[in-house]
Amino acid sequence: MAVITLQRKPLTFAERTYVPQILSGLRTTFKRLWRPAETLEYPEERPAIPPGYRGVPTLVRDPNGREKCVSCQLCEFVCPPKAIRITPGAVPEGSGREHVEKAPSAFDIDMLRCIYCGLCQEVCPEEAIFLQNQYSMSGYTREEMVNHKDRLYELGGTLPDAHHKWDKKQAAAEHGNAH
Amino acid sequence: MIDFWSNLHPVVQGLLKGLAVILVIFPLAGACSLAERKISAWMQRRPGPNRAIVPWFAYVPFLGRFLQRLGVFHLIADGAKFLFKEEPMPGHVNKLYYVLAPALAMMPAFATVTVVPFGAYFNAAGDAVPLMLANVDVGLLAVFAVSSLGVYSLILAGWASNSKYPFLGGIRASAQLISYELSLTLSVVPVFLWINAPGTPGTMSLAKVVEFQSLPGFWGGTWFLFLMPLSAFIFLVALFAETNRLPFDMAESEADLVGGFHTEYGAFKWSLFFVAEYSNMLVGSGVFALLFLGGWNPLPWLPLADFVGWLHHLTGAAWTIHPLFVGLLSIAIFLGKVLGLIFVFMWVRWTVPRFRYDQIMKLGWQKLLPLAIANLIFYALAIALIQQSAS
Amino acid sequence: MIAPAKPELVTVNIDGREVAVPKGTNVIEAARQAGVDVPHFCYHSKLSVVGNCRMCLVEMGLPTVDPATKAPVMDPATGKQKINWIPRPQIGCATNATPGLHIRTQTPQVKDCREGVMEFLLINHPLDCPICDQAGECKLQEQSTGYGRGYSRFIEQKNVKPKRTLLGPRVMLDDERCILCSRCIRFSNEIAKDDVLGFIDRGSYSTLACYPGKKLENNYSLNTVDICPVGALTSTDFRFKMRVWFLKQTNSLDTESSVGANTVVWSREGAIYRITPRQNDGVNDTWMADSGRELYKQVAAADRLAAAKVSGADSTLDAAITAAGDLFKSSAGAVAVVGSGRSSVEEQFLTRKLATVLQAPVSLVSRVGKGDGILVSADRNPNVRGALVTGLINALPAPKLTDLAVAIDAGKVRTVVAVGEDLAAAGLTAAQLAKIAIVYLGTHANTTSAAARIVLPSLTVFEKNGTLVNQQFRLQKFQQAVPAAIGTTDDLVILSRLVAAAGGPTLPVDLTALWKVLAAEVSALGPMSFASLPETGLLLDATPWAALPFIEGESLHYQPSSAKATEGRPA
Repeated sequence: MAVITLQRKPLTFAERTYVPQILSGLRTTFKRLWRPAETLEYPEERPAIPPGYRGVPTLVRDPNGREKCVSCQLCEFVCPPKAIRITPGAVPEGSGREHVEKAPSAFDIDMLRCIYCGLCQEVCPEEAIFLQNQYSMSGYTREEMVNHKDRLYELGGTLPDAHHKWDKKQAAAEHGNAH
Repeated sequence: MIDFWSNLHPVVQGLLKGLAVILVIFPLAGACSLAERKISAWMQRRPGPNRAIVPWFAYVPFLGRFLQRLGVFHLIADGAKFLFKEEPMPGHVNKLYYVLAPALAMMPAFATVTVVPFGAYFNAAGDAVPLMLANVDVGLLAVFAVSSLGVYSLILAGWASNSKYPFLGGIRASAQLISYELSLTLSVVPVFLWINAPGTPGTMSLAKVVEFQSLPGFWGGTWFLFLMPLSAFIFLVALFAETNRLPFDMAESEADLVGGFHTEYGAFKWSLFFVAEYSNMLVGSGVFALLFLGGWNPLPWLPLADFVGWLHHLTGAAWTIHPLFVGLLSIAIFLGKVLGLIFVFMWVRWTVPRFRYDQIMKLGWQKLLPLAIANLIFYALAIALIQQSAS
Repeated sequence: MIAPAKPELVTVNIDGREVAVPKGTNVIEAARQAGVDVPHFCYHSKLSVVGNCRMCLVEMGLPTVDPATKAPVMDPATGKQKINWIPRPQIGCATNATPGLHIRTQTPQVKDCREGVMEFLLINHPLDCPICDQAGECKLQEQSTGYGRGYSRFIEQKNVKPKRTLLGPRVMLDDERCILCSRCIRFSNEIAKDDVLGFIDRGSYSTLACYPGKKLENNYSLNTVDICPVGALTSTDFRFKMRVWFLKQTNSLDTESSVGANTVVWSREGAIYRITPRQNDGVNDTWMADSGRELYKQVAAADRLAAAKVSGADSTLDAAITAAGDLFKSSAGAVAVVGSGRSSVEEQFLTRKLATVLQAPVSLVSRVGKGDGILVSADRNPNVRGALVTGLINALPAPKLTDLAVAIDAGKVRTVVAVGEDLAAAGLTAAQLAKIAIVYLGTHANTTSAAARIVLPSLTVFEKNGTLVNQQFRLQKFQQAVPAAIGTTDDLVILSRLVAAAGGPTLPVDLTALWKVLAAEVSALGPMSFASLPETGLLLDATPWAALPFIEGESLHYQPSSAKATEGRPA
């Protein structure tokens, strides 16, 4: 690597007294005095969330309002701070979803541990977990900071689905080449 | 009323005057701290404190909202908070000195106020009578003497805290204050050379300085700011250093000393330090206004007496020459100048970054002090020449 | 120890490397010895070879000889004998090593074959990995990653088959996932001797099914789940409980009988999720009984003892030990010890020490069931031979504690130390239990723990370390899989403290130190240590006890030492 020696410009007398610089600084601050504030007054004003924002991880439902998570536990596995805890369970017969077979019986995300890295969203094979726009989590106890399954679905809402994997599978079972 | 006042016992008089000082300076210092927050916010394009509101004020249609946005209720909230919050007392401190330090900080701050004239009225003979709590002849000398005691509170706070950073802060404060006191004092000597003609009884009275800036004629009505700009500049710079304001707040220096000398202080004791700092600023600004900005004279070459005369001439109303009105008017003019200077203090604080400690020492001893001495010699020679030619 | 007969070795060349393997080894095993992985689905080392998955296709060749002269044909380029490569790839599983056999596993042709096989297998395989219990230990996942094409060209609809068929009480079948390797069929036929499984229909309709009217319900059915290379067969017990990649594997032993099948305990955060067999070619090959897989449920059972008790009231361990010491003093000379064939070797050694200090007679509780000739033997105590080795007993235990009952009735025994054994189940009546003061070490509540003066809760086999001696006199170790339950104490600690409370010496409780004492005092254990014991166990010299009439019949890898002893076993 070449060493580039920079010639430092000698300071003029005026510069060495600081006075012109201070004066120009004073002019700048004085001008700023009259400009409107740029701050958002937070609780009343909220920032616009850009697309791709990584907020609180949530569970989403498919457009038919059915839960997408099949509790494969990949998010639990990939989660660097081990914030996710899933208790898998079977989908009961007669629920109309028994062809999915598996669903979480409990799904907890400890928001005191979560680092919002988004790996859970990235790893999810069912596109069931998303880090959405929610950025504000607060509570008085540690327990309040753990998002349980019902809260995760409440936060997540419904997102559009491009694949309808399980609906197709059900359709195939009903009308396809079953024998 | 005047009679009633003069008939009071001197001790009662003194107590009442002291009470008046506390009642005026405390809220004024508080208001300054709020102004500091608002001005810094505006300069940084923030709204600043704008949340607190007394409940029933919220129903006042326009004013309530305006005052809330201005943050004036934060003043009350802050004051109440400082009064009622827990007084932490670290276990490792020297209790007596620890408590003594903030009290000691208040004393010079309030004591100097007494000798600073803040207005004037005209008695029946037409002579200007300055308004001040203690009309002592030593005037400015008293201000300098007492205010330099303020450094002891910082040293005491730094030492009593029994902690590294406060100690460093206290040490820095003492070195810095001593360094700049020299320039401060030397810079005002030309002013008093000017007003004290040889052969006349000398005075250090600040009221006398204002009197000299109220004389008729071009030279008589000139503010000393124009007559001695370098003196004014040196005085202002040294004043910044003396009041520990940025860019000279080495005693506090949050970046390297956590909180400087008051790191271990909290609640009311901490607020006392700040009231003392703002009082010092008020007194310092007052002295600057008296020395260089014509005191209570509204404009250069427009003394208070002429101004009141014009008013009387224009309106024809008798109350315009009533001593009470003139006194209040002069106080308002003087206070306006002081507050303007306070704004300058804040303006500079939110513009100029903090100097390095070695730069401060270098500036004080190697730049400002020779400059002040040169300035003194120049004016001494100049005054001597003028008087020679005049005689 | 008997040295195995030295097999005849043949040299084969695998990917250019010469490796000597026993004659009869097939190519997959020979390649494994050479450190080369030949992917396969249907081949299993303990089952017969069928060669129906075609995954193990490799290129083969033999050295060329001149047909006329039988002289080797040399390759002038290399100076070596010319290899006559078979133009078509051959399956490795059904080809045995012959002298000079050359194998190539990394050629483009082999790669192409594997990709083709993988593509066919994946055509109708559902994308169930997120919900499939096999994910993480699935051969299809591994080999499609290692040898697959990486993308799908199949745009038609996948075949639809039944997803949730119960083949038996413990095995669930997902037909869509089945790759028709027939391992489960061969296992049921060859090992479990319960030929209930088979394929029905043809082509893409081929389906695994049970014989009509039958179920896959033999005691070895869960082995089909273990050997299923995909998630077609799943255990109803483990189904949807936990992903395998979270589970910690701990080597342990099956304690349901004296076979001592080697196992792996799969646990996560102190909870055991399943038990699977661990390969030990001298004991259980790669199998174990279903009944042994349920044993983990005793760890978190509701009737687990969780606090030391003195006279029915909860107490601290210290107080209970002190109370036991007082009891020993007050009934000196009238104490009996009931040891257990379920205790580890180390615990039995300490029990013996306790009996010696107390000068108490020792009896062992026998537990006899019906041997199934495979991996469950008639002796349901896993460690009776350990008691013999450590000298706790000299003869095989009697069916019931009749001697002890007589002594109690005669008033000669007033205090009984029961180490993990339910005295009521072992033949003592309630009246007899009421006459004596019982010091009970145990894991679960039972009649004895209810009647006991002092209850000392101890650990299950999954919560401690130790060794067992199986029916072959093979010393095998088991290791702690999960932390001890709250309120329980290691048996070794309790026994050691009881010995001290009874006035005996202070004995070490950690296995390293205890094994030094064991090795010094028990001749059969010789110069061994717990740490140096191999995972597959160590056969001890059984000759001192050869004359004893052991009750086990023949089972996998076990022949009763004398037919006379087998005939004369107690009923």
